[in-house]
Amino acid sequence: MRFRASTALVCLATLVPVSMHAAVPRPVPTERATTRSDMVRIPAGTYRPLYAPPGVTSIHVRAFALDRTPVTRSAFLRFVQANPEWARGSVRSPLADAGYLADWPSAVSAGVAADLERPVTGVSWHAAKAYCRSQGKRLPTIDEWELAAAASETQRNASGDPAFRRRLAALYARRKPGVLRAVGQTSTNLYGVRDLHGVVWEWTSDFNSTVADHSHHAGERVGHAVGRGSTAERHLYCASSAIGATDPTDYPAFARYAVRAGLNARSTVSGVGFRCAAT
Amino acid sequence: MTVAPAVPAPITRKHATKVIVNLDVIEKPMRLADGVEYTMWTFGGVVPGTFMRVREGDVVEMHLKNAANSTAPHNIDLHAVTGPGGGAKSSLTMPGQETVFTFSALNPGLYVYHCATSPVPMHMANGMYGMILVEPKEGLAKVDREYYVMQSEFYTTGAFGEKGLQSLDMQKGIDENPTYVVFNGSVGALTGTGALQAKVGERVRLFVGDAGPNLVSSFHVIGEVFDNVYQEGGTKATQHNVQTTLIPSGGSAIVEFGVETAGELILVDHSIFRAFNKGALGVLNVTGPDNPKVFAAVKGLAAGGAH
Repeated sequence: MRFRASTALVCLATLVPVSMHAAVPRPVPTERATTRSDMVRIPAGTYRPLYAPPGVTSIHVRAFALDRTPVTRSAFLRFVQANPEWARGSVRSPLADAGYLADWPSAVSAGVAADLERPVTGVSWHAAKAYCRSQGKRLPTIDEWELAAAASETQRNASGDPAFRRRLAALYARRKPGVLRAVGQTSTNLYGVRDLHGVVWEWTSDFNSTVADHSHHAGERVGHAVGRGSTAERHLYCASSAIGATDPTDYPAFARYAVRAGLNARSTVSGVGFRCAAT
Repeated sequence: MTVAPAVPAPITRKHATKVIVNLDVIEKPMRLADGVEYTMWTFGGVVPGTFMRVREGDVVEMHLKNAANSTAPHNIDLHAVTGPGGGAKSSLTMPGQETVFTFSALNPGLYVYHCATSPVPMHMANGMYGMILVEPKEGLAKVDREYYVMQSEFYTTGAFGEKGLQSLDMQKGIDENPTYVVFNGSVGALTGTGALQAKVGERVRLFVGDAGPNLVSSFHVIGEVFDNVYQEGGTKATQHNVQTTLIPSGGSAIVEFGVETAGELILVDHSIFRAFNKGALGVLNVTGPDNPKVFAAVKGLAAGGAH
């Protein structure tokens, strides 16, 4: 019964982050944490999540800083060089599955010049988190990411704007299988952030807690919620995904939440990258 | 498993067995019409997805593999499955991953399967559907030809026939206003060299599905009458001598008829603008001798006269 085996694997992975946490070596900083020209400040604000807890219509998000673009292969290569335990072939299996950096030509090469400016993908949540820590940063929460991604070029919250919605849907629909463009080519939103839509899916610190208790602080909730079996999963297949959604026409948001539901902390997926945040 | 319009041969074994199905999810640009491409999301690299044929009582071990270069996670909901989400709950598969689940084919009939990953309408509008036949234990009556025909819609940013790579227009989908309504995944899939074939005197069975994502189909074959209709893909011939049968979105029908004289029979959705302007046309080419007892042109151009 392979199905049972794979379920067990997922459950095992669920437990790993908690028990392994202390054993993960602290990454060597590769850049000074004070270098923040690559980040922009996102002022405090509110947004309406696709799935809100009962009685909640909007979520308040505190001010934070966010990378302007997704982390590139070249940046991740520097991280790997400074932290060889995160190189392909060296990374320990509880921290990343077999697809880790699989599209790199070798453990120490991220590809030709054109590849270096593409977003790094095929990295696990653990690896993304370690990278951000090495920069003196952290992964953004879902709330932070969604707040930043709700902005158009001219509006802080364009999520209800049908034209903005159509544009995002078209961006998602036009992605070509297997083709990632270089970072920084899509339009800059009001905050000065690029590539939140239509380039790669992005890790968040709490990717699997879609219907988590928002009274918790917006820190890392993954330790106790990684893997399948979170409340998110129940919403994200069949038409039932529309039940409880605050806006059933927000297809791009459905797509993002479905991706998050399909991940566990070891997952390495060719279309999933990340960017970092800071408080 | 077979690619439309082909159907796997009838099952001859008299006992249940375990069937392992390997289904690859592949996203790739494919022809929607002449000069028109669309990045289809497919089961098995084809639209509609590959046709599966199992026997009532079989245990199916479904391996769903999502290609590494896919842009989205995918899963599968088979309407033949008794279980959570028709399998969808257990098969959410990220790019580069594989999931496996098993189900017992408890109910015989002709069933639609489709991707049910959120947002479902987007995955279905991009081509993620197919059919599985669960043959009843006693089998189906012998016929000479079996074909797989599946109707579906595409909602493109460009108008019908606009050249180039098209992509999903979400608003047209919500408005239920398709740009294309086609049989077997593209305009002309069942015409010209793709036309279905039969010979005079043969009996034909069509396994017809309607993927939607929105429209029901008024399925009709111009120049033929269905002898038997297994309404909604069930196991009983519920009606005889039928001109047009209604196929629900996310449903199916099995129709059977004999072809008694030569000529082209035209498959249409008899919501006829769809056939005329959106692509819902197919051909069944019947070859062999004319049968003037069945049909004869007596007077007029077709009769060779100058009247």
